[in-house]
Amino acid sequence: MATGAPEGVTGIAKGRRVLVTGLASFWGGRIAQQLEADPTVDVIVGLDRREPTVPLDRTEFVRADESYSILSRIVKAAQIDTIVHTFLIVDSTMMSNRTLHEINVIGTMNLLAAAGAAGSTVRTVIVKSSTLVYGSTARDPVWFREDTPRSAPPRTRVESSLLEVEGYLRDFAEDNPHVAVSLLRISNVVGRAITTPLVAALQLPLVPAIAGFDPRFQFVEEGDVVRSLLFVLRHQVPGVFNVAGDGLLPWTEVGAICGDKPFFYLPPVLTGVAAAPLRRLGLVDLPEEILDLLRYGRGVDNRRLKQAGFRYEHTSAGAVERFWEGVRLRRTVGTSEPDFVYDPEVESFFRRSPAVVRDLTSS
Amino acid sequence: MPDPKLGSAEQVGPGIAETASVLDEVPTSGALVHLPGMAPASPTPTHDPRRSDVDEWGRSEHMRELARRLYGPIYRNLFRAEWSGLEKIPAEGGALLVANHAGAVPSDAPVIIHGIEEELRRPVYGLADSMFKGVPVVGTLWSRMGGVVAHPDNAYRLLKEQGQLVLVFPEGSKGPGKTYQERYQLRRFGRGGFVEIAMRAGVPVVPIAVVGAEESMPTLVNIPPLAKLFGSPYFPITANQLLFGPLLGLVTYLPAKFRLRVLDSVTFDVEADQPRYSKSRIMEEAETIRQQIQEALHDMLRQRQSVWRG
Repeated sequence: MATGAPEGVTGIAKGRRVLVTGLASFWGGRIAQQLEADPTVDVIVGLDRREPTVPLDRTEFVRADESYSILSRIVKAAQIDTIVHTFLIVDSTMMSNRTLHEINVIGTMNLLAAAGAAGSTVRTVIVKSSTLVYGSTARDPVWFREDTPRSAPPRTRVESSLLEVEGYLRDFAEDNPHVAVSLLRISNVVGRAITTPLVAALQLPLVPAIAGFDPRFQFVEEGDVVRSLLFVLRHQVPGVFNVAGDGLLPWTEVGAICGDKPFFYLPPVLTGVAAAPLRRLGLVDLPEEILDLLRYGRGVDNRRLKQAGFRYEHTSAGAVERFWEGVRLRRTVGTSEPDFVYDPEVESFFRRSPAVVRDLTSS
Repeated sequence: MPDPKLGSAEQVGPGIAETASVLDEVPTSGALVHLPGMAPASPTPTHDPRRSDVDEWGRSEHMRELARRLYGPIYRNLFRAEWSGLEKIPAEGGALLVANHAGAVPSDAPVIIHGIEEELRRPVYGLADSMFKGVPVVGTLWSRMGGVVAHPDNAYRLLKEQGQLVLVFPEGSKGPGKTYQERYQLRRFGRGGFVEIAMRAGVPVVPIAVVGAEESMPTLVNIPPLAKLFGSPYFPITANQLLFGPLLGLVTYLPAKFRLRVLDSVTFDVEADQPRYSKSRIMEEAETIRQQIQEALHDMLRQRQSVWRG
């Protein structure tokens, strides 16, 4: 990591120049941290509305929303060649449908417009989508391949917004054959750190389920997700890829691994109506797409990414076990990671002050 | 499992490729037995009691074993099922079993699956309409018993990649939907989708002619408006319901004698894994197989002395 110089626009760059969207998000921060450790990456620019939530050494944070003008300026100014778009909202409980649409659809549209603008240096675009795009119905195959069509049209806002995003991405790839476009569809993520509606549900004293259904779930470990994104970045593998651990687990089995807690059953009819009070009471928020999953489950075929050379470290069951180990540890010792607070002045001091001795190893 | 392509199953997870060989050994020890197509087990070799034996298709060998124990007396004493030509079902490798379908709540599917699993000690997966999957409890049990949604991807994976036995009723709901007057008159074999699946997977089709299911639960009349109301493909009034009452009549069968004849397997000399197959060829093959089953049925009915004694 000889390149500590953030203002790398000067001179001819040999290494990658990467733009990461959603730097403050779970994924953006982790991707940036990993990229910092990669000597072939010269420049990392992180975009977000909020401040970074993890400590970063050489990633340049730019506070920006999803508007077009700033994006194309950044891409041009920093001569970005690789965009890692992690900032797609797949958890609809985080925000209103309107904001979600704005971030996912309009944000991606602007990002792709910037990437495809005349004179753009972008050659690689990596987008982190979700297996939510397959839906979850009774008519589904057990395993969705990347080209298996949905069994029914989308019913929820988050699913249709992700489908719109993928549509734009397909158009972009077609219009820009010189750009390697990778689309990763991530399954249900669990791990030691991440929080999702499913993770929240599994940490309740009673695990929610739908009476009469024991669907099979697939999971992917959070570290495997980060590794998969870095894998397609390093090896430049264009295409659509499912990212999910091996094997399916019945929901009852997931509950058994997660402390063998009792279930509480939602009625099989009017499930959404029954789940609504739980949200209002602040117990658990189970949006439509999660309720569908609790009824029918979903499996995706993960072989395409494996054939490209990627190796998962965890199976579905292994991922759930790892998640539960993390929960056990937290219960005993509390959160292990100290909270990081971003302070622009402190960051600026460490990165730019002449008083700081950088690059101790070089002569 | 001689298919060399099965090497790729290793990527899916251990346990899948060994399915048939595992079933060959009669489980002797332990209550929970590691059996076919199990999802990748936990890395520890010892059995984790938190993990069930539900495989990727939702089938549980443990629950099948239980069901076989419960169903055995019905199979032996009520239906007195008798097979001929069982040796025509391959002992290993994928094959698509195709049979006629009858009786208001068809009794042929459990008889066929039970018989083959007992005799050949191979699991059988039954492809069926997804309407079962949406019904609470029923859907879950159906899938634990080996029921799989009839999706071409599911069929291909079972047959080609995992070399399993797959049972399908090409008549679909039109078979059980017919009345007693139309018994043993085969309905249209769909659009021949089963032939296309077998061609793509490169597996033989094994036709099975079943006599007995029609009389085990004969439909006297159908009431289409009620079917429409409940969203079911047909709404029968059966002889069983007149005898045992409207609800009990749905699960109580008349003691018709079951005879099952396995016909010569049909192979198609076409290349597997083609994106398309000639539609006319598919329809032609499907019709030939339908004819064969129909003729076998007529032959079996000619020899049948009594509905009840066979």
